[in-house]
Amino acid sequence: MEYIIAKYNYWVYIVLMMIGFYAMIGKRNLVKKLLGMNVFQWAIILYYVSIASKKGGATIPIVMGAHGHYEPAQAIQYLNPLPHCLMLTAIVVGVSTTGVALALIIMIHRRYKTLEEDEILESLEAFRK
Amino acid sequence: MISDQFPALIIVFPLIIAFFINIVGWWWKRPCFYMSMLALSVSFISAVGILNTVISKGTIHYRLGGWEPPWGIEYVVDHLNALILVIVSFVGLVVGIYSKKSIEKEISEAKIPQFYTIYTLLVMGLLGMTVTGDAFNLYVLLEIASLASYALIALGEDGAPLASFNYVIMGTIGACFYLLGVGYLYIVTGSLNMADLSQLLPNLYHSKAVLVAFAFLMVGVAIKMAFFPLHIWLPDAYTHAPSAVSAFVAGTMTKVGAYVMIRVMFTIFKPYFSTEMLPATTILGWIAAAAMIYGCILAIAQKDIKRMLCYIIIAEVGYIVMGVSVGNRMGFTGAVLHIVNDAFMMACLFLVVGAVYYKTGARTIGEYKALFKKMPLTSGSFAIGALSVIGIPPTCGFFSKWYLVLGAINAQQWLFAAALLVSSLLSAVVFFRVLQNIFFAPSESAHGHESETHVEIKRDEAPASMLIPIFITVAGILLLGAYSGQIISTIIQFTVPEGF
Repeated sequence: MEYIIAKYNYWVYIVLMMIGFYAMIGKRNLVKKLLGMNVFQWAIILYYVSIASKKGGATIPIVMGAHGHYEPAQAIQYLNPLPHCLMLTAIVVGVSTTGVALALIIMIHRRYKTLEEDEILESLEAFRK
Repeated sequence: MISDQFPALIIVFPLIIAFFINIVGWWWKRPCFYMSMLALSVSFISAVGILNTVISKGTIHYRLGGWEPPWGIEYVVDHLNALILVIVSFVGLVVGIYSKKSIEKEISEAKIPQFYTIYTLLVMGLLGMTVTGDAFNLYVLLEIASLASYALIALGEDGAPLASFNYVIMGTIGACFYLLGVGYLYIVTGSLNMADLSQLLPNLYHSKAVLVAFAFLMVGVAIKMAFFPLHIWLPDAYTHAPSAVSAFVAGTMTKVGAYVMIRVMFTIFKPYFSTEMLPATTILGWIAAAAMIYGCILAIAQKDIKRMLCYIIIAEVGYIVMGVSVGNRMGFTGAVLHIVNDAFMMACLFLVVGAVYYKTGARTIGEYKALFKKMPLTSGSFAIGALSVIGIPPTCGFFSKWYLVLGAINAQQWLFAAALLVSSLLSAVVFFRVLQNIFFAPSESAHGHESETHVEIKRDEAPASMLIPIFITVAGILLLGAYSGQIISTIIQFTVPEGF
């Protein structure tokens, strides 16, 4: 039990990731697949952000007491900013992937009038014959 | 000197031009094609310049914005990626010239500026993946290339949007796995720079986090390069894409994926980690052997020529991974040579299929009957491409397969060598079936009423702007074959990782 609680951020991300993974593979509706993909991506973002955190009231990296008196900056007081920066990029990538996928869903819906994968495949087969 | 800036120019110039193509395209559609070709020509010239510098002076380190490596993003170009930069930018340029006519026919006119915007971005993304020396930067450029290819594939025929959507799902899983792998490496080392990682990691090789990172990186890259059990997105996506797009992505995208796999295995991790400490290369070798056989057998089962070629790509990816996994000098040389050759072979075959589709609308093997009488030059090009895939000298495919077989024999992996030969025979079956139809089968109409239908089939070739790119790729296949010795001695022998 302690094993789980001590590293709960990793457990949360794994559970979220698996929910997304299941939705992407198990569901037949395209929008549900897309939602699964989003959960999957955000789980990874959560994981990156959680590895930046520190115990004991660490905060954003702005140097304290800059006006007047000088204090040496101590790494323990500040969160690691790099994972946050990386995730800003990953969020942008995730949003654009979602955008492309939504545009594709609109295209598919215009053409086949449905978003169930089985029905689309049926109408594709019918078209070929 | 401008030549010092080539590593940045090769990425930045197409990126900026892509932005302007989109803006100009709202009012004026004609210059879009020329702007895109200008951007790709500059990339190609920079790539050749980089290759020259690398051959004469060795590895280039380019610091973006002047930041020191572990903190800033560094572009590192050695012999391996200099070669791949030239190949990708060259195929991008050639297919770009070809795309003018074929795209005008296949997609609606209003979308042409957007097509060239995204096409330029796709080439730029692949070049960026190749040039970068930073693991996270590679992820970003990988996603730029993937997003561009999702959009381009969706422009294709009926069924393309669904194929593209499935590719989005699979591609995102692959990219996310890669990102997770980078995350684990970042936790244990605190660095994202590839050279830095390879120095910091050896002390941590027994940590479980590093093993998990390696697994995630490999699976992520394997999805992107359509390595055998993870290939399911490829045939649908590449079959339904517009001809020019499938020619470019078939030629280069899986190859850049293979390049990233080599980087992960031998640059981020030391060669002895991938070959001796983990059974990674042994497992990959067996899967690759399965991929070679599986790809060719499924190719035999196809009627649609484009889909048949897609399964051949899966087999070709198997060849490359097999060459890497035998873990000796010969095999690795064969793998790198095959990356180069395969880019030309696949581009050539897909360009021919696109040209035939442009002129006649024919896509299945049955419809290719007596094509030789109608389009002799195109058919001849198809024959050369096909012979090269089978591996018949003097085409380039023979030389890379020769090195691959030698590599497998040197490593005493007789089964890999056997799988390679069987797969070559199977691909001979695949292509001779088509070639027979093209050259020897009588045309359909000459069958029934002999009296009146002894009509001569008129020669009706594809337009010059499509034929010339096809000829360039054919010339590439023959020249790569003729000069394979020089290519190996000046470039490829320096790419082999230490310890092989």
